[in-house]
Amino acid sequence: MGKHLFLGDEAIAQAAIDAGLSGVYAYPGTPSTEITEYIQASAMAKERNIHSKWSVNEKTAMESALGMSYAGKRTLCCMKHVGLNVAADCFMNIAMSGIHGGMLIVTADDPSMHSSQNEQDNRVLGNFAMIPILEPSNQQEAYDMVYDGFECSERLGYPILLRITTRMAHSRSGVVRRPVKEQNVMRFPQDGRQRFILLPALARQRFKALLAAQDLFLQESESSAYNTYFDAPDKGLGIITTGIAFNYLSENYPDGFAYPVLKIGQYPLPAKQVERLVNECQEILVLEEGFPVVEEQLRGFPGKGLTIHGRLDGTLPRDGELTPDSVGKALGKSVGGYYTVPDIVRQRPPALCQGCGHRDVYDALNEVLLEYGEARVFSDIGCYTLGALPPFRAIDSCIDMGASITMAKGAADAGLFPSVAVIGDSTFTHSGMTGLLDCVNEEANVTIIISDNETTAMTGGQDSAGTGRIEAICAGIGVAPEHLRVMTPLRKHFEEMKRIIREEIEYKGVSVLIPRRECIQTLTRKKKASRK
Amino acid sequence: MKVDIILSGVGGQGILSIAAVIGEAALKEGLYMKQAEVHGMSQRGGDVQSHLRLSDQPIASDLIPMGQAGLIISLEPMESLRYLPYLKKEGWLVINSQPFVNIPDYPDMKMIHAELNRLPNRVVLDVELIAKEAGSARAANIVMLGAATPFLGIEYSKIENGIRQIFGRKGEEVVNMNLKALKIGYDVAQCLLQKV
Repeated sequence: MGKHLFLGDEAIAQAAIDAGLSGVYAYPGTPSTEITEYIQASAMAKERNIHSKWSVNEKTAMESALGMSYAGKRTLCCMKHVGLNVAADCFMNIAMSGIHGGMLIVTADDPSMHSSQNEQDNRVLGNFAMIPILEPSNQQEAYDMVYDGFECSERLGYPILLRITTRMAHSRSGVVRRPVKEQNVMRFPQDGRQRFILLPALARQRFKALLAAQDLFLQESESSAYNTYFDAPDKGLGIITTGIAFNYLSENYPDGFAYPVLKIGQYPLPAKQVERLVNECQEILVLEEGFPVVEEQLRGFPGKGLTIHGRLDGTLPRDGELTPDSVGKALGKSVGGYYTVPDIVRQRPPALCQGCGHRDVYDALNEVLLEYGEARVFSDIGCYTLGALPPFRAIDSCIDMGASITMAKGAADAGLFPSVAVIGDSTFTHSGMTGLLDCVNEEANVTIIISDNETTAMTGGQDSAGTGRIEAICAGIGVAPEHLRVMTPLRKHFEEMKRIIREEIEYKGVSVLIPRRECIQTLTRKKKASRK
Repeated sequence: MKVDIILSGVGGQGILSIAAVIGEAALKEGLYMKQAEVHGMSQRGGDVQSHLRLSDQPIASDLIPMGQAGLIISLEPMESLRYLPYLKKEGWLVINSQPFVNIPDYPDMKMIHAELNRLPNRVVLDVELIAKEAGSARAANIVMLGAATPFLGIEYSKIENGIRQIFGRKGEEVVNMNLKALKIGYDVAQCLLQKV
C-alpha cells in the first residue's frame, strides 16, 4: 500500500476504522477535533455504520463509549486534555470495572497552550487511574498504536489511554495503512455484574484486580516494541525520551546518538530498561513533552547519587512545549538563528470575526453595564472568550466549561449586583445546564446571556447539541417564561437589546437572555455550498 | 535533497492550502515530509504559521530548528519578519507586499520594507493584484506558491500535479484557475529575479 498524508489526528482515526471500530464518541476540542471529524467524513466509516455523532460533553462521550465496549464492540473516545477532567469520574472508574470490547481513550494535550486554558499533562491522570498509556512519536506510530491498541485493550481487559500533543495531532506525514479488520459482533461480558456493578464489596475486589494487573501492564511495557533501547559507547550520559521528544533528540544527532537512549512510547515505565540505563550511565537526561512525569518517577528510583537533568533542574524550561532548539541547548549544542525578530513586529492576537453576533452582544452589554458601578461578567470557553481583548474588554473570567453561570451565582450569593454570565450555546449544553438549575432552585439574582450562534464555533463549526431547543431547555429547568428572552444581535436592534438587558438586570431573580444569530463562518460556508 | 520551509500569514489567508499542494507533490515524488500546522483559536484573524520539511532522507523533528529554514513563504509582510530567526543566513523570502491590517498598532510599511531590504534574498510581489489581473482573485495564495516554486526543490510540473490532486474534487474550473495563478506567480517572480 502507498503512503497517505495524514495529520496525527487523521492517522488515529483511520487506524481505528481499519482496526474494526464500531463507534467514536467525543466532544470537539483543539487539538483533538479532527479525529472525530475524519471519521464523520469517511465514506468507509459510513459504509461500516460506525457511530460518529458528537456527544454533549466528554463525560457523556466516555460513558457511551463504555456502553459500546460493554456490548463487546471496539470504541474510541477522544478529547482535549481538559476534557479528561470533565470525564474523570467515568475515567477513574473504568479502570475499576475494566472494559469488554477494546477501548482507547485519546487525550490530546496542548503544551504551550496554543488553544487552551492550561497545559496539564494527562499522563498524570493515566498513572492516577493506573492504566496503560501509549504515546506515539510520529504519525505512523500513532496509526500502529491505535491499530494494535484495541487488541491489547481486549487482551488486558482494561482501557488504554493514548496521549498525543499538539505537534503530533496537527502535524502531517506519510502513513502506511494495514489490512482492514471486521468489527466485533455484539457479545456481553460473562462476569459483567461482578465487574460493572461497583458496589463497595465488589469494588474492593475490582481494586485488588487492578492492583494485580499492574504486573501485567509492566510486562507489556517491558516487551513493547514502542520502548526501545539504543546503545552507544559514551556512558557519561543516558537519555530518556517520551513521545515526540525523541524526534527533537534525533534532529540534534543526525549521524547517530552519542549516548545511550531509551525511547519510551508505552507506560507504565519499563522498569528493566530504565534500570539498565540508570546502572550503565553516570547521569540521566529526561526529555518529555509536558510535565516532568518520568523525571519525577526516576527521582524515586534507587541508585543514590544519580544525577537527573530535565525540566526540574532547569536544564529544560519547566513550562511550554519542547523544540529542537530547547533540546539542543539541553545537550550543550550551540543553537539559535542568524536573524532576530525586528522590534517593529507587533503581536497579532486572534479576534472575533467581523460580522460576528458576539460583537453586538458585547457592545450592548458594555454600554448597559456602564450605568452600574460594580458589575462583573463571568464568561466561559468559546469564541466569545475573545471578548476579553480590546476593543471589548467585556469579561472578567474564563475558567472551565460552564463556570460562567455558577461563578455568577456564587458572586451573586456574595452580594454582587449585577452578576452577569456570558456562555455560548454549545458550552451551555456541555456543562451550563446543571448550574442553571442551581440558580433556579435558589432564585439567584443573576443575568445569564446564552450567546447562541447555533454551532460549536471555536473548534470549526461542529453541531451544537441544543440547537433550536435552548429556550425549551431553559424553560424545562424552570426559568420563568417572562424572563427567558430571545433577541437578534444586529446593529439595527441595538437599542432594543440594551433595553432588554437593562430590564433583566433589574429583575431580581434568574433571567436568561438568548441573543441568537448564526455564526458568520458557518453561514458563509453554507452560502458557498448552496451556490455550487 | 532537504528543504525546510516556514509558511506564514494571518488566519484565513490560505497558507494551509499552499502546504497541502506542496505536501501532495512531495509525497508523489517519494520524498519524506513533515508539516506542522496551527488550528483552533489562532485561526481567528491571528498570526498563523506552518513548518514544512521535505527531504529524501527520513525527517526527525516536526518543527524546524532556528536558523535552518531555506525559505519563508509569507502571505503577509510583517508576518514574514516574525519568523526570521528560523531563516538560514542565505535563505530566501517570498513575500506578499500587501499588509493585512487588523491591529491598531500595525507598523509603518516603510519600516517593514527597510527591514526586508536588509535581507539578501527576497522576492516581494503583490499577489492579490496579480491574482486579480489574471482573473483568479481567489487564488492569491497559489500565485504565492508559483513565485516560491523555484526554491522548493520540486519540479514545476509536479507542483501542477499537486494542484490537480488537491483541487480536483472542486471541479475542472477551479483546477484551471489555480494552475493559471501558479503560472503567473512563477512568471512574475522570474521577472523580478532577473532584475536583481
